[in-house]
Amino acid sequence: MSTTWETVVGLEIHVQLKTRTKMFCRCAAGYGAGENTRTCPVCLGFPGALPVMNRTAVEWTVKLGLALGCEIAPRAVFARKNYFYPDLPKGYQISQYDKPSCEKGNMIVPMPDGELEIGIVRAHLEEDAAKTVHMGGHSGRIGGAEYSLVDYNRGGTPLLEIVTAPDIHSSEEAKRFLLLLRQTVVELGISDAEMEKGTLRVDANVSVRPAGSDELRTRCEIKNMNSFNYIARGIDAEAARQVAIWESGGEVKQETFDFDAGTGTLTPRRSKEEADDYRYFPEPDLVPVEPSAEMIERLRGELTETPAARVVRLGLDLDLERALVLVTGGLDGLYAATVAAGADRLAASNVIANNLVGAGVDPAAVDAAELAKLVAARERIPRVAFDEAIARSGDPDFSADPFLAQEVVSDASELDPVIDAIIAANPGQVAAFRGGKEGLLGFFVGQVMKETGGQADPRAVSEIVRAKLLG
Amino acid sequence: MAIDRETVLHVARLARLDLTAAEADRLTLELGAILEAVSKVAELDLTDVPPTSHPLDLVNVWADDEPRPSLALDEALANAPAREGDLFRVPPTHGPEVSA
Amino acid sequence: MIDTLRLTAEGALALIESREVTSAELHAAYVAAAGARDEELHAYLRLVDAAEGTGVPIALKDVISTKGVETTAGSKILAGYVPVFDATVAARCKAAGMPIIGKTNTDEFAMGSSTENSAYGPSFNPWDPTRVPGGSGGGTAAAVSGGLAPWGLGSDTGGSIKQPSALCGNVGLRPTYGTVSRFGVVAFASSLDQVGPVAKTVRDVALLYSIIAGRDENDSTTVELPEIVELPTAETLAGVRIGIPKQVWDLAGIEPGVRASFETAIETARSLGAEIGECDLPLSFDYGMACYYLIAPAEASSNLARFDGVRYGPRVDAPTYREMVEQTRDAGFGDEPKRRIMLGTYALSAGYYDAFYGQAQRVRTLLMREHRAALDAFDLIATPTSPTVAFPVGERAADPLAMYACDVMTIPSCLAGLPGLNIPSGLSEGLPVGLQLIGPQFGENALFRAGYALECAIGFDTVPERLR
Repeated sequence: MSTTWETVVGLEIHVQLKTRTKMFCRCAAGYGAGENTRTCPVCLGFPGALPVMNRTAVEWTVKLGLALGCEIAPRAVFARKNYFYPDLPKGYQISQYDKPSCEKGNMIVPMPDGELEIGIVRAHLEEDAAKTVHMGGHSGRIGGAEYSLVDYNRGGTPLLEIVTAPDIHSSEEAKRFLLLLRQTVVELGISDAEMEKGTLRVDANVSVRPAGSDELRTRCEIKNMNSFNYIARGIDAEAARQVAIWESGGEVKQETFDFDAGTGTLTPRRSKEEADDYRYFPEPDLVPVEPSAEMIERLRGELTETPAARVVRLGLDLDLERALVLVTGGLDGLYAATVAAGADRLAASNVIANNLVGAGVDPAAVDAAELAKLVAARERIPRVAFDEAIARSGDPDFSADPFLAQEVVSDASELDPVIDAIIAANPGQVAAFRGGKEGLLGFFVGQVMKETGGQADPRAVSEIVRAKLLG
Repeated sequence: MAIDRETVLHVARLARLDLTAAEADRLTLELGAILEAVSKVAELDLTDVPPTSHPLDLVNVWADDEPRPSLALDEALANAPAREGDLFRVPPTHGPEVSA
Repeated sequence: MIDTLRLTAEGALALIESREVTSAELHAAYVAAAGARDEELHAYLRLVDAAEGTGVPIALKDVISTKGVETTAGSKILAGYVPVFDATVAARCKAAGMPIIGKTNTDEFAMGSSTENSAYGPSFNPWDPTRVPGGSGGGTAAAVSGGLAPWGLGSDTGGSIKQPSALCGNVGLRPTYGTVSRFGVVAFASSLDQVGPVAKTVRDVALLYSIIAGRDENDSTTVELPEIVELPTAETLAGVRIGIPKQVWDLAGIEPGVRASFETAIETARSLGAEIGECDLPLSFDYGMACYYLIAPAEASSNLARFDGVRYGPRVDAPTYREMVEQTRDAGFGDEPKRRIMLGTYALSAGYYDAFYGQAQRVRTLLMREHRAALDAFDLIATPTSPTVAFPVGERAADPLAMYACDVMTIPSCLAGLPGLNIPSGLSEGLPVGLQLIGPQFGENALFRAGYALECAIGFDTVPERLR
């Protein structure tokens, strides 16, 4: 009898805040500057330099905590996490440790089979490391030309670390949670949260257990996954690896893996020479953070309905997946405005999620009233006119009216000669259609649309073609 | 309170000090004596006493998120023991691979 | 002819203001004095020949970063390190027009009580060059007493300003924690380090304190002074309540001459109108040292982690980053920093944190409460600064615990974050004895008033007898 296994996943998410300056000095933060040009005595760890907290970063941390329903610590304390690495100029990272700003929150993730509550264990503020580039050959031979180069520009950029409870039980749940978390962060305006740029980083702690049990078995950590799809694949691969070990009578060892998306393989990291001992202690160069009631209320007042809540709400009217696409694509505001302007819900969601996104239009630039007109007219006006109108819908002063004035050709008297010519030119396809390959109808309609420059009404064409071929 | 040589060497690894054998021997004795003296703090029952990590009762000392000029590149790198281009150069962070 | 041995900073300022001498002439006079006498004292690690400014020149302890001037903190691991920025206190001195005479010697990373732990060799006491000047700020204290600087800045973690001032016979203030910026001061123990002035008179110390003190936006642990600094003028202690910790009388290791000088100073205070009483600081005397030698090394072990041979300082080349760091640190740090890094690393490490560092932090709470209670009953607390007069060079160098005992009376108030002032109370066996006055938080003005009244009454001659 074979066991059914359940995957157990907890996520650690690092979000780089998009403050103007670094966490503990006033060097400009962000990318694009020349190497080591955004550095100062503080972020280079020069002797005697001292950190000064970035007020905005502290407030944004509280704001995210509020958005995630966290308890906001009345007194949060920065600590020093001591370890040596060239990208860590002081020999310690300043990070909230046992007294983080945010604890005990949660996010409701709508799933097809109901709502899933994922606990947020904590969200805390820390500083990012610098960038180390490893040069030279990878032969690993001592005495080779291998060395490392350090650029301290990124060092000291504010980072928010968000830790979930092990409440996630599939790669799909993980992905959906991350989509909603990213959208939350983006909407709060505190981070660009782009995995490709490293402003959003995710590590997954994965274990498996017999379905129905509530034990927690040995977990492994997967790092270096730079897209949500890779995270999902990494979780699946690791869960499968662990199931295979348990089922063969083995024991899963605690390890850390890098996931290679190209090959789908998990590579274990070198085990360290000694166990981690970070010797945390309260950072004596900083003072505690005690957010005032006024500050918390001000930040709470800036919050809007969370993406997760909006998905749930939109899911009442639309398919849940569509609702998720609209919300996590930042499209639901435009959707709501377009519906408010009179558009049909399903049609509006289709046009926005498919056509508008396909055309690469910035939803924020679109006038919903004009879009509503296009949605209403989309089956009446020529396809090309509709597509062009959508493509331009984000232009300043866009008006739908010139496009609405174009009519499709559905008059049989105009279409007949074109259709007759195409039937005459394609005897093979005609025979095949009549022989039962009805799918060829699309071929004929397509030919007619091409011949008419997209002006024909595809439904009218379809009816006429069918009648002519079968009649 | 005694400290053994093995612990001294472990602590030295944490602190990244490549102690000579003689240093390790001497520190084992010296740290033992110092730890004996400082262990005195354990005599007190302090379960209800909160820790003090700072003599000043300050909170919320922070700065506005307004950029200030950074160092000039040559100032940043002025004291670097090894420089390559505009970067700080260090020996490789990974040691030789252990062959299986 | 400028008499650098006798000239006070106030006196020098008067000479500048009356245009009898220029700032540059004063600077040249001190540099010349150092040229003549520093071979014997080794107060300076390096002199700054260029005089920039219009005011009274100053000596800075070598833990204070000076832009363009090598700053080593007395360590080989910072040999050749030339800061690209000024410490806030250095910037404030410069802004006040004060040219820098030089950088003074210090125990390596300010860890020590004799200046013998300097990687560049010890300093010597101007009263008797076979003896230590105290430490860690022995360089600044020796420079002031030896006539090589009118005043200077030191840094004090557990007594590094007060104790050398006592041993060299001058005035030194360890200010209230948070009143003077630590930005740019090479860190030893962040929750304890404070920069403070050293000079020949209380009024000079008060004047220099007024220049360096106050909130610094680059140091999150600084505050604005709640009241402006007043230069003391009254030669009375009428109504001032001074508490003597009863533990002083039972303290082992206090030399009879120190005790006698202290008793005389107390009688002098009484004659000036002070109300003398007994206060009780049992935990401070019994547990202060243990508490300090856990907290300070723990913070030091972390503060000294940045010396890794990556961004500054000499590097020992090695095939891997890790070996480079380990060898650089082993070669660069002397014995005392290594001891404290080891001790602090151990005290913070897994399994020991609660028993050592955590417990020490709780003891610190009690020491603060104990001082607060004493200072509720008294305006000031008085003790000898050091249990002994200056001891011979080499006498305690081999015994860390004997060296640590130098600071038994200076440490507790440092842990409590309170200001302490050393003034000379007299001589014992021809060597200076120091009186320590401890005030409440931000009580510097009260210390200056009492210190000034006592200074006037005691009439101590700060010029070493052998140099008169």
